[in-house]
Amino acid sequence: MLGLGILSGLLIVPLCGAAFLLTLNGDEATVARNSRWAALATTVVTFLLSLVAWSRYDTTSAAYQLVESHPWLTETIRFKLGVDGFSMPLVLLTTLLMPICIGASWVGIQTRLKEYFVAFLVLETMMIGVFVSLDLVVLYLFFEGTLIPMFLIVGIWGSKGRIYATFKFFFFTLFGSVLMLLGVIAMYWEAGTTDIPQLLQHRFPAHMQTWLWLAFFAAFAVKLPKWPLHTWLLDAHVEAPTAGSVILAGVLLKMGGYGFIRISLSMLPLACREFAPLVFALAICAIIFASVAAMMQTDIKKLVAYSSVAHMGFVTLGLFTMTEQGIQGAWFLMISHGLVSSALFLSVGVLYDRMHTREIAAYGGLVKRMPLYAVAMMVFTMANVGLPGTSGFIGEFLAMVGAFKANPHVAFFAVFGIILSACYALWVYARVVFGKLEKPSLRNIKDLDTREMLMLGPLVALIIYYGVHPGPILDTFAPSTDALMVSMKAALSNTQTAAAALPVPR
Amino acid sequence: MPTVHSVLPSLAPLMPEIILGVGVMLLILYGAWRGERSAESVSIGALVLLLVALSVVLSQPTQGRITTLSGAFVSDTFAKVMKTLVLLGSSATILLAHDYFRRERIERFEFPVLIVLCTIGMMVMVSANDLIALYLGLELQSLAAYVIAAIHRDDVKSTEAGLKYFVLGALSSGMLLYGASLLYGFTGTVSFPGIVSALNENAGFGAMLGIVFVAAGVCFKLAAVPFHMWTPDVYEGSPTPVTAFFASAPKMAAVSMTVRVFIGALPDVTAIWQQIFIFVAIASMALGSFAAIGQRSIKRLMAYSSIANIGYALIGLAAGTEQGISGLVIYMVIYLAMTLGAFAIILSLRRRDVMFESIDDLSGLSRTHPWLAFCLAMMMFSLAGIPPLAGFFAKFYVFAAAIKAGLVTLAVIGVVTSVVGAFYYLRIVKIMYFDEAKEPYEAMAPGLRVVLALSSVVVMLFFLVPGPLVGVAGRAAKSLF
Repeated sequence: MLGLGILSGLLIVPLCGAAFLLTLNGDEATVARNSRWAALATTVVTFLLSLVAWSRYDTTSAAYQLVESHPWLTETIRFKLGVDGFSMPLVLLTTLLMPICIGASWVGIQTRLKEYFVAFLVLETMMIGVFVSLDLVVLYLFFEGTLIPMFLIVGIWGSKGRIYATFKFFFFTLFGSVLMLLGVIAMYWEAGTTDIPQLLQHRFPAHMQTWLWLAFFAAFAVKLPKWPLHTWLLDAHVEAPTAGSVILAGVLLKMGGYGFIRISLSMLPLACREFAPLVFALAICAIIFASVAAMMQTDIKKLVAYSSVAHMGFVTLGLFTMTEQGIQGAWFLMISHGLVSSALFLSVGVLYDRMHTREIAAYGGLVKRMPLYAVAMMVFTMANVGLPGTSGFIGEFLAMVGAFKANPHVAFFAVFGIILSACYALWVYARVVFGKLEKPSLRNIKDLDTREMLMLGPLVALIIYYGVHPGPILDTFAPSTDALMVSMKAALSNTQTAAAALPVPR
Repeated sequence: MPTVHSVLPSLAPLMPEIILGVGVMLLILYGAWRGERSAESVSIGALVLLLVALSVVLSQPTQGRITTLSGAFVSDTFAKVMKTLVLLGSSATILLAHDYFRRERIERFEFPVLIVLCTIGMMVMVSANDLIALYLGLELQSLAAYVIAAIHRDDVKSTEAGLKYFVLGALSSGMLLYGASLLYGFTGTVSFPGIVSALNENAGFGAMLGIVFVAAGVCFKLAAVPFHMWTPDVYEGSPTPVTAFFASAPKMAAVSMTVRVFIGALPDVTAIWQQIFIFVAIASMALGSFAAIGQRSIKRLMAYSSIANIGYALIGLAAGTEQGISGLVIYMVIYLAMTLGAFAIILSLRRRDVMFESIDDLSGLSRTHPWLAFCLAMMMFSLAGIPPLAGFFAKFYVFAAAIKAGLVTLAVIGVVTSVVGAFYYLRIVKIMYFDEAKEPYEAMAPGLRVVLALSSVVVMLFFLVPGPLVGVAGRAAKSLF
């Protein structure tokens, strides 16, 4: 249709929905009702379209698929889209979480509903765009484009400290990504193109890789976020509306991991090997510090945010082991964390909608009044801990295997993260859900209604399903991982032989 | 026919300037004859005149480089693009000014006439191929601009702005002229190609001194640090449509003049002037970004914003390469759209004949005027350089040129200051979207709507079809090398 492929469709449908929302007029209640349904319909259509894309995707191939290329800036910078095993699951994750987010905002958001949904739909386009772009400039465009809607979402619909939080979020991310922009430009002049498949073939000289790696690291480390650049995340998560937190944890953080695999590991393997110890050190700090800090939190959302930081530490740990298990584990953890942390934020949102507080101390004994909620929350907590049988286990386990292979000391320290995560997650669950129902304000609290069950149900199902049957996800990115390993090994051994050849006398 | 040629130079490349020149004489006569009542019809006449000149400029041949008037005047793709920008800026000013002057009861037929005169000066600057033509164009532009700044003659601030602009402008013109005379003295020619061949052998100390003085004069016209001091005061004191004018068309002309002098006449001594422009670019970006943070008046904020923007544009010039000039042209096109759009919104902040010019007056604009707030927010995000808006591509191309030219430090400083600059642009978004609403403003005048609609389309939808502009800018840059 019009020379556009299905991936363009994924980008255009949310924008069409946003444009339609903008045309809505009339009295406030009607507009609110119509915009809710229109936003839901748009996101569901996008999700179905992404399933169509998924059905056309061949999971046995490592090649970029569904590729489309349109003329854009110049012949060497084209509007090129495509997916591979790493990006396809993230696209599906994004489109799956969006309808859930719309559902989470159904009653929680009361003011300026139309604008709220417009911002969300634009954000959806930007997020999908990051994962499907096959040109660095296009990728950058979407990567940074997410800032505008997210800035507004946190700033307008957030809670009390929202303005500070949104500015902090914006400037941390912007500062990281402008350095990445310079990296993109430098790559362009070096390789003569910003086409990602072509850049993968290009061997960047070693000294250049170091600088490029640092420039890209700045962007992805802030986005992921890596300790000690994670402070924006805590504020943004705490102040954002529930759906904003879900998107932040579920998708926006994944862009950092995606960038590491798409650019750092694939194009700059030499620098990755060189900087791996630094990344390991930061990752271990993240895992241990964030887990300890999580234990001491009094705000549930902040606790979940800290646990995100810790889990993202595992992701980078796995990625930079540069082993097959490590990368697969990291990638599985990305998907799993996308489901689990979103689910946790939604659960916090369920409580917040009822009691308007996120203080752990304000709750207790909820299981008596909210049995369904207690069950769902337990699944999410267990998945967060990494209990076998939930999706959280597979990723952490594989990442640890990779880490052990790469460096047993690193693995030794990282194991503490798993123990600590059990401590904070189970402790907070016990304080909120178990115990005596003493607080008078909680006497009449209602259990999950249909809408909330529809939101949380799919997540519970997916978390357990992928916990016992991880094959579908692992198979999807296995060919891509293999291809990445082959190219990384080739690049690394090449330089080794070159280095070995150097001291040979004439 | 060499004899005829020597008597009468080819006038075809000069056609737009001639049309404007003859037309403006007629407008003056008409205005003098009809008196104050003629203001509206002279405005319309000036607008038509500018649009006619624009269509003539656009219909000029695109290929090659034509010189006339014994080589003093050049017409090439670069001139064509920059003249288009100048004419668009001037036309937009007339559209923006009409309603404002009528409601402030300072409607005079001299204003559109002066705008057209100023435009002729700017177009000569754009096409100048020797130092004398350049100076003539510059003075015609400047003298008209001094009067325009003080057009609200009963207002103390406006007259102060005009006087300040005049005194400092005359000083800078003097510096430029002094530098030009040094260049003439040490090269023996005023023609740019002549200077190229004369300096090809060696640039002595005298010529270098000349270059430094010319650079100082040029920086004043560009409002680049350290010759920027007049900008905030003049921008604040002048009537707002005049501020919009100063921030748009004359900037285009000043940039073209800079390119003509430094790329056209001094391409072989890049080493001398490159360091000047690297310093000026860094200083302008830094000062523009930091000093704007504390501003309370929108017009002063826009003044500092224009200083910072000139800093970014000068990165392209400092690169001194074809990519650099191409980036510079792209930057100026997008800057024009962003500036005019922002001023169209500033000019619509009116309630019961009172204009509002403080940043706090934007408070809660998203509640009372959602579309207006949305457009201004997009302009601000674009000025901050956030993709997918047009401002991102502007910065992308100048930074790309800087890195290609090996000026990595300059590019790094540039992106860092752009992050600082994003703070004050975002503060405006914050005030409009996060703060409490005030009383609504009156509906926008039709002229403002046209300008805002056009510039919003450019800013927001540029990313869909960036190819044509990038191509044109590339050709414009190519015509200089």
